[in-house]
Amino acid sequence: MSQLIRHSRLAQFTTLLVVFFLLCLLIEPSESNILWRLPALLAAVPTALTDTVNYLIFDWAPIEIYNPEIEDYEESSLLKEFTRSISGSLLFCIEFIREVLLGGVKTIVAFTSWDYVRENSWAHWPALPWTVVTGAAILLGYALSGRWLAVFVGFATIYIAVFGQWEPAMETLSFVLIAAPLSVLLGLALGVLAYKSRKVEATLWPLLNIAQTMPHFSYLVPVTVLFGVGDHAGAIATVIFATPPMIRLSLLGLKAVTPEVIEAGLMNGCNKFQLLFRVLIPTARRNILVGVNQVIMQCLAMAVIASFIGAKGLGYNLLLALNQLRIGQALELGICIVLIAVVLDKLSLGWANKQVDYFADLTFSQRHKYAIMFLGILLAGSLLAYFGKFIFEGGVNYFYLIPHNKGVTTEFLWQAGVDWMVDNWYQGLQIFNTALIVNVLVPMKNAYLGMPVAATFVLAMGVGYIAGGIRSALVVGGFLLFIALTEWWDRALITAYMTTFAVIISVVIGAVVGILCAQNALATKLILLLCDTLQTFPSFIYLIPVIMLFGVTDTSVLIAVIVYATIPATRYTVEGLRNVPPSLQEAGSMSGVNRLQRLTSIELPLAFPHIMLGINQTVVFALFMVIIGAMIGTDDLGQLILKSLSDKDGIGSGLMLGLCVAFIGLAVDHLIHTWAKERKAVLGLG
Amino acid sequence: MPRDVAKEDTHPVIRCDSVYKIFGGNAEKNIRDADGAIDVKTLQDAGCIFGVNDASFEVHRGEMLVVMGLSGSGKSTLLRCISRLTDTTAGKIFIDGEDLLAMNAKDLIELRRNKMGMVFQSFALLPHKTVLENIAFPLQMKGVSTQDSIKRAAAMVELVSLGGRENYFPRQLSGGQQQRVGIARSLAVEPDIWFLDEPFSALDPLIRKEMQDEFLRLQGMLNKTILFVTHDFDEALRLADRIAIMKDGIIEQIDAPANIVLNPATEYVAKFTNDVPREKVLKCGDVMEEVGDPSGISDMSVSKDAIIESVAEAVLNEPKPVPVTNGNDEMIGVLNSKTIIHILFSKSSAGTSPVA
Repeated sequence: MSQLIRHSRLAQFTTLLVVFFLLCLLIEPSESNILWRLPALLAAVPTALTDTVNYLIFDWAPIEIYNPEIEDYEESSLLKEFTRSISGSLLFCIEFIREVLLGGVKTIVAFTSWDYVRENSWAHWPALPWTVVTGAAILLGYALSGRWLAVFVGFATIYIAVFGQWEPAMETLSFVLIAAPLSVLLGLALGVLAYKSRKVEATLWPLLNIAQTMPHFSYLVPVTVLFGVGDHAGAIATVIFATPPMIRLSLLGLKAVTPEVIEAGLMNGCNKFQLLFRVLIPTARRNILVGVNQVIMQCLAMAVIASFIGAKGLGYNLLLALNQLRIGQALELGICIVLIAVVLDKLSLGWANKQVDYFADLTFSQRHKYAIMFLGILLAGSLLAYFGKFIFEGGVNYFYLIPHNKGVTTEFLWQAGVDWMVDNWYQGLQIFNTALIVNVLVPMKNAYLGMPVAATFVLAMGVGYIAGGIRSALVVGGFLLFIALTEWWDRALITAYMTTFAVIISVVIGAVVGILCAQNALATKLILLLCDTLQTFPSFIYLIPVIMLFGVTDTSVLIAVIVYATIPATRYTVEGLRNVPPSLQEAGSMSGVNRLQRLTSIELPLAFPHIMLGINQTVVFALFMVIIGAMIGTDDLGQLILKSLSDKDGIGSGLMLGLCVAFIGLAVDHLIHTWAKERKAVLGLG
Repeated sequence: MPRDVAKEDTHPVIRCDSVYKIFGGNAEKNIRDADGAIDVKTLQDAGCIFGVNDASFEVHRGEMLVVMGLSGSGKSTLLRCISRLTDTTAGKIFIDGEDLLAMNAKDLIELRRNKMGMVFQSFALLPHKTVLENIAFPLQMKGVSTQDSIKRAAAMVELVSLGGRENYFPRQLSGGQQQRVGIARSLAVEPDIWFLDEPFSALDPLIRKEMQDEFLRLQGMLNKTILFVTHDFDEALRLADRIAIMKDGIIEQIDAPANIVLNPATEYVAKFTNDVPREKVLKCGDVMEEVGDPSGISDMSVSKDAIIESVAEAVLNEPKPVPVTNGNDEMIGVLNSKTIIHILFSKSSAGTSPVA
């Protein structure tokens, strides 16, 4: 019976392909042919969107506001004042943290005035000496996860200080320290609401899907229009991006609390608040803290992108270095970002995995040993910084703060390396590059562009029908229709072609590496560790080495995309193969399978749904990277989004373009999830 | 262990009047349309599933009612109706004469904080709290200060013999120990009513036996009103004052263990009782006969609460009928060796009313 269904599926699929190619051959490529390209009915929407937002922010609900500078009332709009007050308070918080770390006067100014600060020379907030921050970070690492993390944290912070990146690193950190808690609180609150009410969950779900598949760039324009440019705007864009995973994980954690624990809470006489704060949230602690970890990772991933709208720090410097093609400097900055990302990742995971300990029968000093040690570090570091003033007389006090560009630098080394590579490998790489472009990329691009819109729809909706019936066909068709009715269908095809190319290569590499590594327990552990580490790198980082090797071409983008997208492909293959139930493995062994038979007839079929989910992730990752690749120079949707950033009417087009990208991702996501769910049900894997 | 039900207390602690719990198929609306009348056939045709079907019974102070049934029989649902963890579709439930279903959220919380304790199959301990903190939790919910609640919890730890493990976390305890914590937690507020939802089902057989003994010891000390749910008929026989046997949401029979064994009301109940060794369940008082000729009886005597198994050998060795006495050493009947032999060796029937 199942054999029959499988064969009929194959038959359905073959028929679909035949119809697709027939349509491709038969439909006349002309602009007036509606089967070739749909008319851009939505072309007016971006402008309308822009106008609406502009109306809302400048003209809607005018109110009188007192302006202390001109000492009179002036007219402003409600929304503008609202967003302005949010911006103000956010900016204050960021500045405050920044001044705790780096010193300054703005916090004091906020409570007094510039004149006051100018007249009183003591009114200056001192920075925490870098030795104190380093010591505190090491202590935190030790407290959360033990000796090894402490050593690593120490290495990372000292590296940053020694290489003179302390100031931008602390700027980035101050921005993360505001954006992350905000996202966590917001995400937890929404997660709880969604847990309490099915309606909220049903409303949030599609929004989360879109928010997580929209490219980062497309948030930036609306955020700048509403909140202006600066660190606060970067923080807001980051919060929008970092909150969805927090909501998902909070919800997941709350749902995983067993009903009996909730019943126990109720029978113990909890009221609603007690149940939430003393039973549900503590029991879901681990998942919620994994959410915190995700939030921190997203914040760092945004560190570079947020610098497009004025967030200071490492990301901003990295962007500058990349624009000036100063590869050496970019690399150093990239390593700093990666180090911060890995440190924060490990710290937050350490926190999530740490079991609660029992304190009540300890003495005061045992209970507060970390606080006491921190005070010691603070005192010692401050004294050191104070005496440093006398040691480094007149010059830079290296015990206090190491200013930007006063540290050690290896830039010239990297630069020399790049020059050497250009001298020696340029010819070879260029030949490879040209061959790839001429023989593979251009034909593939043309093939994609040569697809009539009707044929694309038949193919996509047909696959949807085969995978999940009429409903899936309609869902996928709906997503495509939106894109087809905008004026960017051709650009979307280019995005699709780049993504397809990268996904195919990534999946092949990932599957091969994954299958090989899954054969051995040690290799499995190593490859998963490698994937974990690479995944903590902000996506931007991947662009640096490829530019170094291939310069600014399509090939660079594709290679960065492939490297980035191979991570999930590999990880899911390994996980899928290793998670085959041991009883089935044993049953296989007792049936006398050899290694190859075990792989082909037991492991791969059972791991296949999980591997498909990996491919889904690969598509999402690839799509993201293709869009970010616009930084290097492509001619797809990403490039247009990037352009909309500098366009004052870019809100509408930025958002619409973002939706186009999101819908490509969601269509693929829908197809693969539907199919994988059905396969899992068939295999009884839940 | 003899436990006398305080019959003189006329008010039942728990009273259920035609309690229904119906899932799915717009049950509430259907019943409203039928003016509150519940027609099983119509509702089942509408796709409803009966979790609890017309349950009526009373539980008196100090009595232990064991609800026995296989999985899906509705026994846990019934328990959750009475603890109001789930909403009852129809019927009335009274706790100490108060209408449970009419209570508002605040009264319900008060009731649970002061009168009810519950033990769960999967223990349901809070993973982030120590043994002591878990036991103190219901007290803290009531607003008892941390210090007092911990002091009280420490006393409870001794009660369930967990001394020395006060500061362990649930993850560091075995299943049996976790359930001891669950029991201590449920008793911390000194409730009148004690709900136990398959408390020992997740434990290994030997530990289960140990915990049952422990439970009987506690009940001997505390004398709570108990509703105990289990799927294990032997456990029910061992513990119960009365047993309610459920199938498909219907209470098939509710009676004392001996009467259930002697007179199973339905074929379904008989399936459970057939394999039960009668001599281990029946007491002398259950099978004694009228005193016939007072001169021809034995010198020895047995208590009416003695289990047949424990006296069988002595009675069989005695040629004359053996007197059965009550608590005041008065003779209330006699035991014939014929009866004992019948109990020991007759497979299909026992006592005075054989079952086909």
